[in-house]
Amino acid sequence: MVTQGAGSAGGPSGERPRGLTRKRFVNWLLGTSVGGLLAAVLYPVTRYIVPPKVAESAVSSVVLPFTPAELPNNSGRIFRFGSKPGILIRTDSGELRAFSARCTHLDCTVQYRDDLHQIWCACHNGHYDQSGRNIEGPPPRPLPPYDVNVRGDQIVVSVSA
Amino acid sequence: MRKVVGAVLRWIDDRLGLSAIFPLMRKKEVPIHKHSFWYYLGGMALFLFFLQVGTGILLLLYYRPSSEGAFESVQFLMSEVRFGWLVRSIHSWGANLMIFMAFVHLFSVLLLKAYRKPRELTWMTGVLLLFVALGLGFTGYLLPWNELAFFATRVGTEIPGVTPVVGPFIRTLLRGGDDVSGATLTRFYMFHISVLPAIAFLLVTLHVILVQRLGMSVPPSVEAEGRPLRTMKFFPNFLMRDLMGWLAALAILSAMAALNPAHLGDKADPFAAAPAGIRPEWYFMFMFQTLKYLPSHILGIDGDLVGIAAFGLAALVLMLIPFLDRPAPGQKPKPLWTWLTLIAITYIVVLTWLGYSMNPTA
Repeated sequence: MVTQGAGSAGGPSGERPRGLTRKRFVNWLLGTSVGGLLAAVLYPVTRYIVPPKVAESAVSSVVLPFTPAELPNNSGRIFRFGSKPGILIRTDSGELRAFSARCTHLDCTVQYRDDLHQIWCACHNGHYDQSGRNIEGPPPRPLPPYDVNVRGDQIVVSVSA
Repeated sequence: MRKVVGAVLRWIDDRLGLSAIFPLMRKKEVPIHKHSFWYYLGGMALFLFFLQVGTGILLLLYYRPSSEGAFESVQFLMSEVRFGWLVRSIHSWGANLMIFMAFVHLFSVLLLKAYRKPRELTWMTGVLLLFVALGLGFTGYLLPWNELAFFATRVGTEIPGVTPVVGPFIRTLLRGGDDVSGATLTRFYMFHISVLPAIAFLLVTLHVILVQRLGMSVPPSVEAEGRPLRTMKFFPNFLMRDLMGWLAALAILSAMAALNPAHLGDKADPFAAAPAGIRPEWYFMFMFQTLKYLPSHILGIDGDLVGIAAFGLAALVLMLIPFLDRPAPGQKPKPLWTWLTLIAITYIVVLTWLGYSMNPTA
């Protein structure tokens, strides 16, 4: 109910009018309009600056562009696993193993060091053994492993089940 | 001719009232004492900031902000455009020199305790300016889209990413996706040429107005001597000396750019391993080196999270120093903050030195 009121200063006796005065109603209307306007501007802007979700590449396995013979014992190579880098290594005993090549510390791409017989991250000197376990330096977790299958001359790397 | 110029100036002054500034400038005085030299560093940092704006505008004429074109456009600028190497080298070295000046200015203000009441806001705008300058350095580093910059950005954007709860969201916001890509380059370009310079302009204006309004602080050690201080007029005496500082900065910068032009390196390849010897710009080196030394877990928490939280806390303390270092009225300032400052300087210098001297493959 809107009543005629003298405003927030109150009447001559100094009493503040109760209920919804015209001034309060107009203030409320203005306040909510400004709030609504801000929300109408800020909501699309906020949504705009958050990038849309790009469908994760549904890659679950890849065939590597090199043959097992090209990878001697105690060596490693980076490969593309969808949009992310992976690393394939051949251990000292000749076994092929693949891992995500993203260091679990701060996301750099790791490499194989044949002098150390280890996977190594150059950014903060993180070390992983040939099983991908974090053994020295700041990495907090092991490298996520992939499955490796050799079919003739082809190396197929797939997400571990 | 002089009549015409005078008439034009009077016409402008009638409308803007700028002549009111001159009596203020003439009235302003700068104290002279054994530490007066440190008053010039802020002015040199300010000059270098304007130089960055100028050379940055020139670089925009040729730079293309995309993962396909950025590296090539910088290559073109360095090899084909006349004086392109000079403009880029001045911009690149200028950034380093500006941040160096800002650091030296900050530590001199800290040691001379110039942040005391009523200069709290001057201090806080100054600290914020240093953070904005570091942001400009970080975002600008990626723009040539070379190998070093690519991995430095991956690490740099991963750092806020380890913050609990909001971390992944901030990382996505900075990268423009899950990984560092062309989208990151576009975002960094936007920050580097519009948002951060706009914030810097606002802060510089506020900082300079506050410095002019409150005048130069006299160090407590000089105040304690109790002798009446000699002063010099701000205009023209101090300003002329300030200009000499600007010239000195320009001379140092020109020598650096001419003797050691900025490198470009190899183009970024998201599917290459991070190269050995990768490191950030020198002003991030002490933090980078700290992260190298931290173990993977500290008291069950990820080591890097502990390190990042510690640096965040240090930044907050730095900002709030005027409120933390408040001796009771009539008491001498406590030596605690001087010691903390000296420890911080030693830490930064030693860790930076270790970062450059250590064998990167060890």
